[in-house]
Amino acid sequence: MEKFTTIVSKAVPLPIEEVDTDQIIPARFLKATTKDGFGNNLFRDWRYDDKDQPKADFILNDASYKGSKILVAGKNFGCGSSREHAAWALTDYGFKVVVSSFFADIFRNNSLNNGLLPVQVSQDFLNTIFEKEKADKQVELKVDLVAQTIEIVGTDLKESFEINNYKKTCMINGYDDIDYLLSIKDKIEDYEKTSKYLHIVS
Amino acid sequence: MGKTLFEKVWDAHVVTEIAGGPSVLYIDKHLVHEVTSPQAFGGLEKRGIGLFRLDRTVATADHNVPTKDQNLPIKEILSRQQVDKLTENCKKFGVTLYGLGHPYQGIVHVIGPELGITLPGMTIVCGDSHTSTHGAFGSIAFGIGTSEVEQVMATQCLMQSKAKTMRINIDGKLGKGVSSKDIILFIISKISAAGGTGYFVEYAGSAIRALSMEARMTICNMSIEMGARGGIIAPDQTTFDYVKGREFAPKGAKYDEAVAYWKTLQTDADAKFDKEYKWSAEEITPMITYGTNPGMGIGIAEPIPTEASMEESNRATFHKALEYMDFKAGEKLIGKTVNYVFIGSCTNSRIEDLREVAAFLKGKKKAANINAYIIPGSKQVEKQAQEEGIDKILAEAGFELREPGCSACLGMNEDKIPKGEYCVSTSNRNFEGRQGPGARTLLASPLTAAATAVAGKIVDVRGVLI
Ligand code: SF4
Repeated sequence: MEKFTTIVSKAVPLPIEEVDTDQIIPARFLKATTKDGFGNNLFRDWRYDDKDQPKADFILNDASYKGSKILVAGKNFGCGSSREHAAWALTDYGFKVVVSSFFADIFRNNSLNNGLLPVQVSQDFLNTIFEKEKADKQVELKVDLVAQTIEIVGTDLKESFEINNYKKTCMINGYDDIDYLLSIKDKIEDYEKTSKYLHIVS
Repeated sequence: MGKTLFEKVWDAHVVTEIAGGPSVLYIDKHLVHEVTSPQAFGGLEKRGIGLFRLDRTVATADHNVPTKDQNLPIKEILSRQQVDKLTENCKKFGVTLYGLGHPYQGIVHVIGPELGITLPGMTIVCGDSHTSTHGAFGSIAFGIGTSEVEQVMATQCLMQSKAKTMRINIDGKLGKGVSSKDIILFIISKISAAGGTGYFVEYAGSAIRALSMEARMTICNMSIEMGARGGIIAPDQTTFDYVKGREFAPKGAKYDEAVAYWKTLQTDADAKFDKEYKWSAEEITPMITYGTNPGMGIGIAEPIPTEASMEESNRATFHKALEYMDFKAGEKLIGKTVNYVFIGSCTNSRIEDLREVAAFLKGKKKAANINAYIIPGSKQVEKQAQEEGIDKILAEAGFELREPGCSACLGMNEDKIPKGEYCVSTSNRNFEGRQGPGARTLLASPLTAAATAVAGKIVDVRGVLI
């Protein structure tokens, strides 16, 4: 996993609520057996028409947002299926941060496991970002993981966000959970030997 | 203070805790399927390690498989490759696979319980959000992403933060034509598609206690549709009887010892939940969804809500949903023509679902405009249905019982609903394009789906039951 500390970038506004993982990456694109290339099909059915032509009115097809590393979306982002492909599609496309006022549980975990930072802000702050974006597409956001803050660059509008301490350390250092778990294998074996219940349900 | 059922099972599985961070949770059973596993196997390969506990891992192929001619090679190349990759990985790593053609093959959440792989008091995970199904046995079961699949393969453990607890009580007696599917659609319509996020939900109350195991699974299955981590129902005699004698369930003295332990898996009277809801079963009618998330459900005789009844922040989503579905606010769904019906998926494809559908269809004929998919959840369900003559009843009514798989629950295999068409589905998701690009899904119970298939349009099943 790549290390993550601070990101300053233009942000793509997607003021839609309940964006489910079937929209982020439709099931028919889940057939790959590697993690690469999902970015091409990110938001496939919103981004392209039946003839695979880009839909002019979808935000990712607006050239002014090219290279943007931050996606800002309405509440309950990432609900639905557990497919990690949703996180892979977002990171493969180039996003490093998703901002929303609420994230679905599994999506949040999947993102953190892939170096994609879910930043949960208040509904008010989210609305403010959308308003600023409406007025000026060039507006940038700054996300500082160490300080746990997000700000609209060039303004004094700023909010702090929560992140589990352990996950924060992992992201800053680029570790993943599996490295840690592998390092405590002895403890896991001890548990297996001493668990009162394990033999009953085995 | 006493403990909730969830806390009892959780505490029994904590290997260690990280200060200020998640717990390391031991996983009793890991179910694997073709879609969310290849990158995890790939990860193990890269690290040069194998599976830590092969005896706790079982795989099957379900999402990509065709539901006709399963003896022939899969036509769709990418689907075939993914299924082949699973076979190859299972062979390479030594994982038990109930693949295509195996008598135990089926939808992962159907085969776990029917084989006795799923047992009360366990922790069960799978790279699939509907793993919540297995909570019906009083186990902690939840969906995980592929990185986590790799973690469990490598260490049989997961890093997890403890969820908050919620209890939903449904007391009373269900009315005619109302099933467990209606209960869960009702609950989600009340608390919304996000209302359970961050919680593990225990379902309780006399209406839940009265349900069969299969009906309980339908409820727990859809816990994820309100955003919950999972759902759980305390095991009782219904559970113990269901488990008894199943292929991989404990037998003899071991069974008795297990039951004695399972009986302790009840929420203590003085335990506290972070949130609690209560409804009476009598309030619940047959349900149907009108929109594009499972929270957009209504009693089947009710009109679609109007904007005025909605909070400001939900209006944009509501409009977008109605536009996609081509419905109008305030209109009723009864009488609307529907050309597709899907009876299947891990929500409603078990033998009881098929029995209920067959009992209703016996002596009736499907409407001419209806195209139907009736898909058993597993090879075992298929076999049982044939033994009971259900396939014949279906055939006489103009349907065909196909072969097991996820089928038209998601647009990943050959079974898809065409663009713009309505489909009354017994599955669990009505997202845009879920059943195929442009498909319009209305979630309902098997009985409502069967009644729709006979009428060729949406009907209130209470009016057609004798
Ligand atoms: S039947 Fe549908 S919801 Fe269930 S596992 Fe298959 S695709 Fe997922």
